[in-house]
Amino acid sequence: MTQGVRRFLAGRGMALALSVGVLAGSAGAYANQDYPTDQVNTTGLAVTDDTVTVGILQSLTGTMAISEMGAVEAFRLAIAQINEEGGVLGRQIEYVLEDGASDWPTFADRARKLLRQDNVATIFGGYTSASRQAMLPVIERENGLLFYPTFYEGMEQSPNVVYTGQEATQQTIAALNWLAEEKGAETFYLIGSDYVWPRTTNNIARTHIEEVLGGEVVGEDYYALGHTSFGSAVNRVRLRRPDAIVSTVVGGSNVAFFRQLNASGLNGSNTLLLSLATSEDEVLGIGGENVEGFYSAYKYFMSLENENNEAFVAAFKEMHGSDSVIGDNTQAAYLGPWIWKAAVERAGSFDVDAVNDNLAGIELHNAPEGYVRVHENRHLWTRARIGKWNADGQATVVWESDDLIEPDPFPEGY
Amino acid sequence: MGDFTTEELLAIFAMQGFAGLSLFSVLLLMALGLAIIYGQMRVINMAHGEFMVIGAYTTYFISTLVVSQAPWFLDYYVFIAVPAAFLMAFIVGWIVEAVLIRHLYHRPLDTLLATWGLALIMQQAFRSIFGAREVSVRLPSWLQGSYQPTLMIDIPINGIAIMVLTLFVTAGVAWMMYRSRWGLRVRCTVSNREMSGAVGINTRSVDRLTFAVGCGIAGIAGAAFTTISSTGPTSGALYIVDTFLVVVFGGAGSLLGTMASAFSIAQGQSILEFFISGSMAKVLTLLVVIGILMLRPEGLFASKVRR
Repeated sequence: MTQGVRRFLAGRGMALALSVGVLAGSAGAYANQDYPTDQVNTTGLAVTDDTVTVGILQSLTGTMAISEMGAVEAFRLAIAQINEEGGVLGRQIEYVLEDGASDWPTFADRARKLLRQDNVATIFGGYTSASRQAMLPVIERENGLLFYPTFYEGMEQSPNVVYTGQEATQQTIAALNWLAEEKGAETFYLIGSDYVWPRTTNNIARTHIEEVLGGEVVGEDYYALGHTSFGSAVNRVRLRRPDAIVSTVVGGSNVAFFRQLNASGLNGSNTLLLSLATSEDEVLGIGGENVEGFYSAYKYFMSLENENNEAFVAAFKEMHGSDSVIGDNTQAAYLGPWIWKAAVERAGSFDVDAVNDNLAGIELHNAPEGYVRVHENRHLWTRARIGKWNADGQATVVWESDDLIEPDPFPEGY
Repeated sequence: MGDFTTEELLAIFAMQGFAGLSLFSVLLLMALGLAIIYGQMRVINMAHGEFMVIGAYTTYFISTLVVSQAPWFLDYYVFIAVPAAFLMAFIVGWIVEAVLIRHLYHRPLDTLLATWGLALIMQQAFRSIFGAREVSVRLPSWLQGSYQPTLMIDIPINGIAIMVLTLFVTAGVAWMMYRSRWGLRVRCTVSNREMSGAVGINTRSVDRLTFAVGCGIAGIAGAAFTTISSTGPTSGALYIVDTFLVVVFGGAGSLLGTMASAFSIAQGQSILEFFISGSMAKVLTLLVVIGILMLRPEGLFASKVRR
C-alpha cells in the first residue's frame, strides 16, 4: 500500500507543498541534529530520533463505523504521504489506531489511553459531536491536542482542539442564504434525525430563517436514529407545501428517507431539497438515482475540478481501491495531519503548547478543497459550496462562495 | 389548512392510509418469524434481526452479481433473491439450532444471553465479509416510483410489493401451522411435549425445523427491506425492538394476535406521526403499548396453552 503511494508520488514528481511561513526549506532537509530530541520534546511525548507517534481514534465498529471509515483512510493517506516527504522534523510518523466503537464513553477512555499510555503527540479523530464532547474533558485535562475532522454545529472553541471541518455559519447559514437568494425559497421544512447535531443546527437554521431571511419555518420534525418508515413524514411535508426542505437526516435513515420521497413522487425535478448530511459516502448507500436533482451543502465534493483534488483523488484510489468514494468529512480529515505538520515545523517542536502557539495563520495551498487557513479561533477559513446530485452518485458544484468564509463558532444572535 | 381543496385533503388521507398499511405489512413480516420461534418454542432469539440481515445481504449479493454478470436479468432477480434469502437464513438457523439452541431449551434466560452473543458474532462476521459501510441493492425499475390512481395520489410501488409478499408469507405460515402435518406436530409439541414424544412425534426434529423456518422467514423479511432501506452489519439491531414489541404485544403463540398487534401498532404510529413529530409519536406508541401490557400481561390474544 505504501508502495502504491510511493509510486504515485514518484510518478507525479510532486507532493503537497506547504507554506510554513517562518521556516524555509524543504521538509526532507531537516536533519535530526538540527532538532535534537530533547529540544523538540520537553513534555515526554512519544518522540524518538527517527519517529513520532500520533493517535487515530475513530469508530471502527458499531453503527458509526460506516461514516468514520473514510476519515481513517484519509489520515493514513496523509501520514503515508508526509512520511514519503521525509516526515515531520526529520521523524517518520507512526500511528496507534484506537476504536471508539460508536460509544461516547469509549472515546473518552481511548483518548485517555492514547495520551497517558502511548504519549501520542496529537490525536486525529472523532466524528459525532457527542464523541467530541466526551473526549474534550480528557484532552483538556491532559493538555493533549485533537484534530477533529467533522462539520459540526459550532458553539465550541477548545484550546486543545483544531476543527478542520466547517461550523454552522460556513455550511448551514450559507446554504439557507443560497436557498433564499438563488431559489427564492420563503417557506422551509426542517427534518432531521433525533440527536444533538440536527437539533442544534435546526435551532440556528430557524433563527436565521425567521430573523434574517424573513421566511417561515412551516415544519420541524425529528425521527429516531435508524428510523426507516418515512411514509407519514412525507405526507406531512406534502401537506405543508414548503418551498424548500432542509434535511439533517443521517446514517441508514438517509436511504429510507430518500427512497420513500422518490417513491411518493417527490423527486429532484419537482421538489427543492437540500441536505446537510448527505455526502458521496451516503449516496453510495442511497443510490444516485434516488438523490438525482437534490442538493447538498458542503465545502468539498469529490468532483471538484482543481489540480490538488485530482492528485488527492488519484492517490486515495491508489491506496484504498479504485471504487473508493470521498466525502466532505474524509477530505477534512486529510487536512489534519498536514496542518499539524506545518504547525510543528513552524514551532520547531512537538510540544503541544508550542504547536498551539503556531497554529493560527497556518496555510495549506494545496488542500483538495483549495486554499485554507487556520483562524485564531482554531477553525478553518473555508469556502461553502452547493452540489447538485447526479444519477452516477457524484455531485456537480452549482454554487460556491466568492471568498473564504471566516469561521465564526459563536455567531451573534443564535 | 384553509387553502386546501377537499380533493387534496382526500388525496393526502388516502396516501396516509396507505402509509399505515405499508408499515403494518413491514411490522408483520418482521414479526412472523419471531412469532413462530418465540411463540411456539419460547426461545427468545435476540439474533432474529441478524437473520433478517442475512436475507438482506443475500439479496445484495445476488443483485450485485446480476448487475455485473447478467444485467438483462435485473428486472427479475427479486424472484430468485427472496427464495435464496429464505434458504440462506434457513440453513444458518438449522445449524444454530443444532449447535447452540437445543442445549438451552428450558433455560430461557440463557438462550437470551447466548443468542445475544450470537448476534454480536454475526454482526462482526457481516462486517468482516461485507465491510462496515452500509450497502443498498439496485432495484429493478418496476419496483421504483409510484402508482398514480389519480393525479394527486402517489402510492409507492415498493410498498405494494412488500404488502403482496407479506400476504403470501402470512398465508403460507397460516397454512403450514394449521393445515400441514408439520404444523400439527408443532402445535402438539407446544401443548404437551412428553405426550407428543410418547405418541411418536420426533420433538427434536420438530424443534429444529420450527427454528429454521422462523429464521428463514426472517430472511425473507430482510430481503424485502432492501427495497426500502440500506443494509449494514448492525441493521438487525434496528429491527429487533419493533419485532419483539409486536410479538409480545400480540400475545405469544397466536398468529392472529401477531397480526392484530402489528396492525394496531402500525396504524397508531402512522396516524400519530402524521399529527405530531416522529420521535414523540414513537414515545406515545410505546407508552400505550406498555399501558395495555400492564392491564393484559399476556398480550392482546393470550394463547391457551397448558404448560
